[in-house]
Amino acid sequence: MNDCRAIDRRAFLKFTGLSSAGLIFGMRLGAQEESADRLAPDLFVSLEPDGTIHIVAHRSEMGTGIRSVLPMVVADELGARWEDVSIVQATGDAKYGSQNTDGSRSIWRFYDRMLLAGATAGQMLSQAAATRWGVGPETCQRRDSQVIHEPSKRRIAFKELIAEAAALPVPNAENLVYKESKDRQYIGKGGALVDFKDIVHGKAVFGADIRLPDMLFAVIDRSPVHGGTARQFDATAAMAVPGVQSVETIAPFKGVHAFQALGGVAILATHSHAAIQGRNQLQTQWNASPHDGYDSEAYRSALLETASKGGKVVRQKGDYAKAIERLKKHEASYYVPHLPHEPMEPPVATADYRDGQCLIWAPTQNPQAAQSTVAAALGIPPEKVIVRVTLLGGGFGRKSKPDYVAESAILSKQAGRPVQVLWTREDDIRHDYFHSVAAVRVEAGVDDDGYPQAWRMCTVFPSISSTFAEKVTHASAGEMSMGFNDLPFDIPHLLCENGEALAHVRIGWLRSVANIQHAFAIHSFIDELAVAAGIDPLTYLNRVLGPDRLLDLKAEGADYQNYGGPYATYPVDTARLKAVLNTAAKSAGWGQPMPKGVGHGIAVHRSFLSYIAIALRVRVTDGKVQVEQADVAIDCGLAVHPDRVQSQMEGSVVFGLSLAMMGGVTMSRGQVNESNFHDAPVARMADANMPIRVTILPSQAPPGGVGEPGVPPLAPALCNAIAAATGKRIRSLPITDHDLSQA
Amino acid sequence: MYQLFTALRSWKENTTRKIMAKLTIDGVEVETQERDLPLLWFLRDHLQKTGTRYGCGRGLCGACTVLVDGQAVRSCQLPVAALEGRQITTIEGLGANEEHPLQKAWQEHKVPQCGYCQGGQILSAVSFLRAKPHPTNEELDAMMAGNICRCGTYPRIRKAIQSVAGGEK
Repeated sequence: MNDCRAIDRRAFLKFTGLSSAGLIFGMRLGAQEESADRLAPDLFVSLEPDGTIHIVAHRSEMGTGIRSVLPMVVADELGARWEDVSIVQATGDAKYGSQNTDGSRSIWRFYDRMLLAGATAGQMLSQAAATRWGVGPETCQRRDSQVIHEPSKRRIAFKELIAEAAALPVPNAENLVYKESKDRQYIGKGGALVDFKDIVHGKAVFGADIRLPDMLFAVIDRSPVHGGTARQFDATAAMAVPGVQSVETIAPFKGVHAFQALGGVAILATHSHAAIQGRNQLQTQWNASPHDGYDSEAYRSALLETASKGGKVVRQKGDYAKAIERLKKHEASYYVPHLPHEPMEPPVATADYRDGQCLIWAPTQNPQAAQSTVAAALGIPPEKVIVRVTLLGGGFGRKSKPDYVAESAILSKQAGRPVQVLWTREDDIRHDYFHSVAAVRVEAGVDDDGYPQAWRMCTVFPSISSTFAEKVTHASAGEMSMGFNDLPFDIPHLLCENGEALAHVRIGWLRSVANIQHAFAIHSFIDELAVAAGIDPLTYLNRVLGPDRLLDLKAEGADYQNYGGPYATYPVDTARLKAVLNTAAKSAGWGQPMPKGVGHGIAVHRSFLSYIAIALRVRVTDGKVQVEQADVAIDCGLAVHPDRVQSQMEGSVVFGLSLAMMGGVTMSRGQVNESNFHDAPVARMADANMPIRVTILPSQAPPGGVGEPGVPPLAPALCNAIAAATGKRIRSLPITDHDLSQA
Repeated sequence: MYQLFTALRSWKENTTRKIMAKLTIDGVEVETQERDLPLLWFLRDHLQKTGTRYGCGRGLCGACTVLVDGQAVRSCQLPVAALEGRQITTIEGLGANEEHPLQKAWQEHKVPQCGYCQGGQILSAVSFLRAKPHPTNEELDAMMAGNICRCGTYPRIRKAIQSVAGGEK
């Protein structure tokens, strides 16, 4: 049996036909360090004598195109022909800076860094050519993997210059000269994505596609209630399943769960299906958990009750209490349930532990966290853990949490063999890090014209911080900064509060995070106020957004996190909000008379440093909601790859539709009631068959995020459209919980 | 579909006897004793054909779609023995010799995001376009109803299919 394991892994990957993709995932990185006559002045780029240009993708690919788009920035500045570029997927390593691919920040955090990489190598190539030709390097250009001297019509391929360039000193960052935007080949225009061909031919390598000699597949029985531990189990029937090899217990997590393995009983088998069947035959009894009594319906009432009482002040200006006395008051409460991530590829990871080292292959958004989590789980130093990142079959925040990676490492160590841990869809839905269930109470006092002069809101939800610390009662500053304490409305008296809530399941971030509940409440309520005032919502919103200005949130006591972006570079700008609002409205043909049962709804929201408005036209027939048209306008600053910006907006509309129309799971006696796509549905083709028109506002402002910010405006735009079509206001999600047949 | 039901019945009769099942996968004849094993896992674990993907294990999502005699089916629901004598095409086999027009269209319309579901999407479209070369929008919705894309590439899937179908007729 051990003969197999002696096979050199590199040879094995070549042998098994995983070769092409297997090489991409980490193997070339080794090769990069071996070749001598090459130009490698920067961590992210190296040029080989055969003309190949290696560019490192250090962020994870889960559908945004980032694995192609960041390297494209390097290629553009370098002057590389895209066809000459070979992408090297980085392993988890602190030397790259953060690799945590979430928070919609890959582009804005690393755009300058990628330009630097391209310019550094490029300038050395230009200098080498210029020296050879006896001309000034500033008179040379770079494109198509060549240095070009236009005045003398000379050109030379990069690969001919490698030896000379490599002999030059690496230029200092402050001495680099960057291309002008008119000379850009890819930035602002886009280019081919490297994985498309493999994807349509079934050759792309995702997490479960890793095959190692002697590997076992594992499926784990975890406590149905959070915090439950296995008391005893009977594996007799499980062991009788052909292919099942062994049973291993995983110790329960210690202290706060964070990214630790949940613990449980694992069935290890020679094949995936045997492991699944074995696990299904396993009889496990669980000890009591402090969360046995968790009931999401009762919890909902408690959250709404708390929200009505107010809480810790997170932003304040003027005097709400005094102002409200003389104004006409409106109030409403909104509710969003726990939301599961449901990526098409459930969590999966492969580990090979031996001799104090652990090799990991995983579809992870955060290979560095996977590295530290595995190291802690195994009691070995992080540098003894190598994490290779496969493609992710969707992430949405779930795969930032490497609990499943830790499981594979623990089982590989215990079993003494490589182990692939598979999560079934049921495992995925029942043991998710759920988007926080939330209640938001909003009240406002309006003047004689119907416009708000005083606004108070209280948000209550179990915080993501509860995943990392004991007894967390309030939201973090980061969560408060997600569409809550950055309310951009021009209202003199404002009070933003956060009430207490304790978590009873694992809480985690899901695409656009706390913006989901905040945008839903705020942009629904402002529409309610417009309707109550008898004013067109677009007119109303333009006026409430107020004069063009940059918000000074600090002055109003807000501990504003701004998604980690410097506020001076990325201030909250109401002019940009209004620009996307009016662009989406125009694109939608806002203001046209609508037939009975049809309505327009709109919402505008800034998140992840980008500004997005969505207008929807909705038809409600016999209680059934159909979106007929979606118009999206986005200002994300510089759109590096416009087609991928557009595709993220399209995807966000569909993702937002899923969560608004049919999203959410419920818990009874501490257990998740739903289990698979039949009772935890997501949008299918017929639910999302409307045209989606996306307008990207031209901008040279620094780039913002794109992956998440399209989601928050969808739910309020949809509920506003339903209200316009039917007169019925929906204040809790999902919409399918409401009977619209009488509306 | 009826033929598959018949096959399922004979599988039940043969399964206890551990008779070798013979089937043709992407043009290659394969024999196995794993008669009860769902085709999905036979492809992935026994043949290392990993382009066919697990998404739900209950025939709800379409990630595991393959063609059986040209017809799209959910391989997670079909035991190997039910496929005796049938021609199975996976996403790896579809364009092995010549890229299928839908595989081309998928790239031209830049359909994929994460890509996990797309093999199943393409095979469903291949199957249904064969039966209905010029679907209406409603027919297109119905024919693709079994394939989930969590990234939400539906608008581009529609465009890619329509570009090959060439509009209603």
